[in-house]
Amino acid sequence: MENLPRRRFLHLALATSGLLATRLSFAGGPRGERRLVLVVLRGALDGLAAVPPYADPDYARVRGEAALAAPGGAQGALPLDGFFGLHPALGFLGRCYAARELTVLHALATPYRERSHFDGQDVLENGSPRPHALQSGWLNRALASLPAPGARATGVALGQNVPLVMRGPAEVASWSASRMAALDEETLQRITDLYASDTLLAGRFAEALSTQALAETMPAEAPGPPDYAARYAQVVRAAAGFLRQPAGPRVAVFDTTGWDTHANEGAAEGQLAGRLRALDGGLALLREELGPVWADTAVLLVTEFGRTAAVNGTRGTDHGTGAAAFLVGGAVAGGRVVADWPGLAPRALYEGRDLRPTLDLRAVLKGLLAEGLGVSPRALESDVFPDSTAARALPGLLRG
Amino acid sequence: MSIAAPAAIAANRFGLGARPGELERIGSAGADWLRAQLRGGPPLLAADELQEAAQTLREALALRRELQAERRAAADVAAAQQRLGAFLRPIYAAEATARLRAAVGSERPFLERLVHFWSNHFAVSVDKQLLAGLAGGFEREAIRPHLLGPFRELLRAVEMHPAMLLYLDNHLSVGPHSPAALRRERRDPAHRVGLNENLAREILELHTLGVGGGYTQNDVTRFAEVLTGWSIGGGEGRAAGEPGRFVFRAELHEPGARVVLNTRYADAGLGQGTAVLDDLARHPATAHFIATKLARHFIADEPPEPAVRRIAGVFTATEGDLRAVYGALLEAREAWAQPLAKYKTPADYVISAYRGLEIAPEAGKNPLAPFELLGQRTWQPGSPAGWPDRSADWDGASALLKRVQWAEALGARLGSSRAAATLAPQLLGANLGEASAHAIQHASSGAQAVTLLLASPEFMRR
Repeated sequence: MENLPRRRFLHLALATSGLLATRLSFAGGPRGERRLVLVVLRGALDGLAAVPPYADPDYARVRGEAALAAPGGAQGALPLDGFFGLHPALGFLGRCYAARELTVLHALATPYRERSHFDGQDVLENGSPRPHALQSGWLNRALASLPAPGARATGVALGQNVPLVMRGPAEVASWSASRMAALDEETLQRITDLYASDTLLAGRFAEALSTQALAETMPAEAPGPPDYAARYAQVVRAAAGFLRQPAGPRVAVFDTTGWDTHANEGAAEGQLAGRLRALDGGLALLREELGPVWADTAVLLVTEFGRTAAVNGTRGTDHGTGAAAFLVGGAVAGGRVVADWPGLAPRALYEGRDLRPTLDLRAVLKGLLAEGLGVSPRALESDVFPDSTAARALPGLLRG
Repeated sequence: MSIAAPAAIAANRFGLGARPGELERIGSAGADWLRAQLRGGPPLLAADELQEAAQTLREALALRRELQAERRAAADVAAAQQRLGAFLRPIYAAEATARLRAAVGSERPFLERLVHFWSNHFAVSVDKQLLAGLAGGFEREAIRPHLLGPFRELLRAVEMHPAMLLYLDNHLSVGPHSPAALRRERRDPAHRVGLNENLAREILELHTLGVGGGYTQNDVTRFAEVLTGWSIGGGEGRAAGEPGRFVFRAELHEPGARVVLNTRYADAGLGQGTAVLDDLARHPATAHFIATKLARHFIADEPPEPAVRRIAGVFTATEGDLRAVYGALLEAREAWAQPLAKYKTPADYVISAYRGLEIAPEAGKNPLAPFELLGQRTWQPGSPAGWPDRSADWDGASALLKRVQWAEALGARLGSSRAAATLAPQLLGANLGEASAHAIQHASSGAQAVTLLLASPEFMRR
């Protein structure tokens, strides 16, 4: 099989369909346009481990041997605001906080109050108060609400398939690394013809070719061992590669897994610490890869719900409610912890076991979409987050 | 309904993709062909190179103990850790290859599809390291023998298998008032031991009632207490039971009666847990949940409610006789009404290509690589919910491009050794549209014809 020269492939991708020309015009915008990255931490991140409230009088008792020491102590938390700390594996995030590029959000939750990962993630992504109430995602609907298709901020999902949060009426791209050769030019044309009367496949194939064409301009990924860290780094580099391009998408989504720490979660070191370190390293890589675009970027890290306040019988934590989230990037008005802290006393806990949520995640999402993408308040209330009037947009998340 | 349509639906939607000649043999009796597959025993799978999960687990645990000892002795830690991986990897490869070979070669492909269905319903994932050595044995030992029911026995076999107990942490769960916990508290009050509710929750949410099935957090916790003591023999100094096999450890079991879903279960040790499982197996919510998943898999992404009700009704009336349940599915006219209603998963896609093009999965040629490449590595769904089963979960642009690229590479490999223009009607039957038939016939090379056949909209679906 012959490899097509990259330039010709790009040309062909543009030529194969009239649709492609518009699909490729990924919302080119003026410099300084904001970029949003959404990272979904699937499996329920333990917020009390990632952001320990070490000064809470009940914290050490509730967490027992898994409690982290205050900043300055042996393997202690990294300092934030004197009450909350960061897990010591989150060094990069700690530096971002000091540079006022990180806002930590705590004791927040979606409207979902049960403890199923899968329904929890569905609510997190569909943007309604109920699982499976909508078949599209809030981020897609936010993109679709923006005026004039030509100037529409487009999104890319890093992964072979598009996660629910990015599915919906707006055209979005998906991209994943491939070590396979580019398609033969003539076969490509014939397949395009073959899909002419199949709406789904025709659209998907055209999207794939235009994304591929855009990706062709990025440096090739060296083939390496497909371990967790390498795959993650690959995704981060690709996300940065898309967001850096002046005519590229402005919104990127990817997810990470491995947060469902039911047993032997560890404390300053251990299973969760390893995952957090990899996450932190990935964010550091993202900043490096984005270069000057980092200044225009806000990265939101969210999870479906938190975990039990107390450690369970197997040195892990079970499914809980109130969670922690991070908003990081050069565009973020950071250096603060946003939390209406409910405390960890037995009577303060939700259903006697979980961190009680005091902040609706949708308030954060609304603020971010309004400030970051210019989504109108009307769209936010009607299409993007139906039945959410009680969750008022949180202002001032990004730099003015 | 045209006469050939049932054959194409039978072989491609209910089976794992037609092999050359299969549609002709089925003729117009698609449902009969499938019903015949349900007769006879379950589709067991055994081979010289495959060993019992218990044996693998014994060896893996022994190896892990050695590694822990080495770690204490400050020997080469990295090399020691790699040894466990090196032990497990060939077992995974042999198991996954044997499974693939069974799927590609089976004369009862409906049953093989059902094996994949249940294995995914009761998902374990090899992203937990030990599971790499156990997932194959789990499917052969817990799923296959009970494929034809009753559901109650399938459920018991699954929940008592060491692979499931390990995957969902139940072997670590200790009753807070069990003899072992009380002993521990006297000796070392600082280190509490207690419940892990992972298995109990996923049995209710994913294996039986389904997420809207009417249970509460209290039911989860009580059921987790009921399941304390469900453990694995041997390993890490707890000597009871045969190493690597299920064992009930009375000293870990939370004593006393428990109320789960408004039913009181007296403390009968192991029997308390099996009694709850048996009741869950005959719960109406379970019947509805299983019927919905079957209908989603075999009829449409959003399955028609009347068909779901009928299948659930048979499930309930027969106390989960799975042969009867599958029979009800075949009788649903909705299953035969819409050709190509389902978008193939990557695994469906690869297996049906292997079957249609008569490619034997040979060890050494890495027959498992395409599963990983196309995004569905065998036994690695990444969560206990298993792989999703709707088009939107699989029809991403990048995923489509990968399929097409793989189809082209396969076409290039096979060249003109396969006559795609002749094969297309043999594999797709009445589903084959004129445009695709024409494109395949007029391909510029034999290799391209194979690529176009595999890339055709009809081959992407079932």
